[in-house]
Amino acid sequence: MDAIARKIINQLQGDFPITEQPYAQVAAQLEITEDELLQQLTNLLDQGLLSRFGPLYHAERLGGGLTLAAMPVPETDFEQVAAQVNAFPEVAHNYARNHELNMWFILATEQPERIDEVIQEIEAQTGLPVYNMPKQAEYYLRLKLEV
Amino acid sequence: MKPVDTQSQLIDDIDRRLIQATQGGLPLTPRPYHQIAEQMGLSAEEVMARLQRMLATGMIRRIGAVPNHYALGYRINGMTVWDVPDEQIDELGQQVGALEFVSHCYRRRRYPPKWPYNLFAMVHGQTAAQVEAQIQIIAQVLGEFNRGHQVLYSTRILKKTGLRI
Repeated sequence: MDAIARKIINQLQGDFPITEQPYAQVAAQLEITEDELLQQLTNLLDQGLLSRFGPLYHAERLGGGLTLAAMPVPETDFEQVAAQVNAFPEVAHNYARNHELNMWFILATEQPERIDEVIQEIEAQTGLPVYNMPKQAEYYLRLKLEV
Repeated sequence: MKPVDTQSQLIDDIDRRLIQATQGGLPLTPRPYHQIAEQMGLSAEEVMARLQRMLATGMIRRIGAVPNHYALGYRINGMTVWDVPDEQIDELGQQVGALEFVSHCYRRRRYPPKWPYNLFAMVHGQTAAQVEAQIQIIAQVLGEFNRGHQVLYSTRILKKTGLRI
């Protein structure tokens, strides 16, 4: 990754303007052309260095439900259970972790009451207990990563 | 009959369509908001005003690039979990969250005795040694209030689609 890509990643994690030609505005701040900025952004997304570029929505403020849940999955059934869990559109992220509770996923739902329903459906389909660990307080959410 | 859910009325159908049109990302074209407006059959002014309103109310946390920690070289992702007294957790949580290497820090419900942990802090590093050093710093911040902790490293990403409505 070159210096300009780094500069773009650092700069664009901030507040992207809501204006008629926002890329031109940011490009001027970075002292590059609008075309170059658009090309660089396209490359960074294609290479997977950026997961996304756009608005980051806050599920709870939108009135939806959000929680972290964990399951103890027997190793022999792991792939099958992962497929069952991932098939739920409400599962936004899912990670394997090195613990007896070895599957950790984020549920995001439009209706808050849907969280409990999805958890019950996952328990019924997999026959495994789901530990629902909703957030009780948020002390920090860092949205930026200096590169 | 289902009770009326007042929370879901925070956004209307146009907001919902706007979220659906932008949750995957903004168009990489010179006038992105105009392009979204055209797709939705709205004016660009309305699209921009609605996005401004959602930003102002915190429904949008920010507009910008979401870096991929893993692809950027931060390969070690540790979910550190700590058992701290409920009376101290707010103060301790703020101190841990203020550490520059902690990306999220939350209080969550416990499942005692199996899962006694109530403070979650996510750390990311380029090497295991870097992450171990970060964990030691968190332990120092918590001091005598740390009644036990574990670190759960991610071994595989099974799904990563983000919020979808």
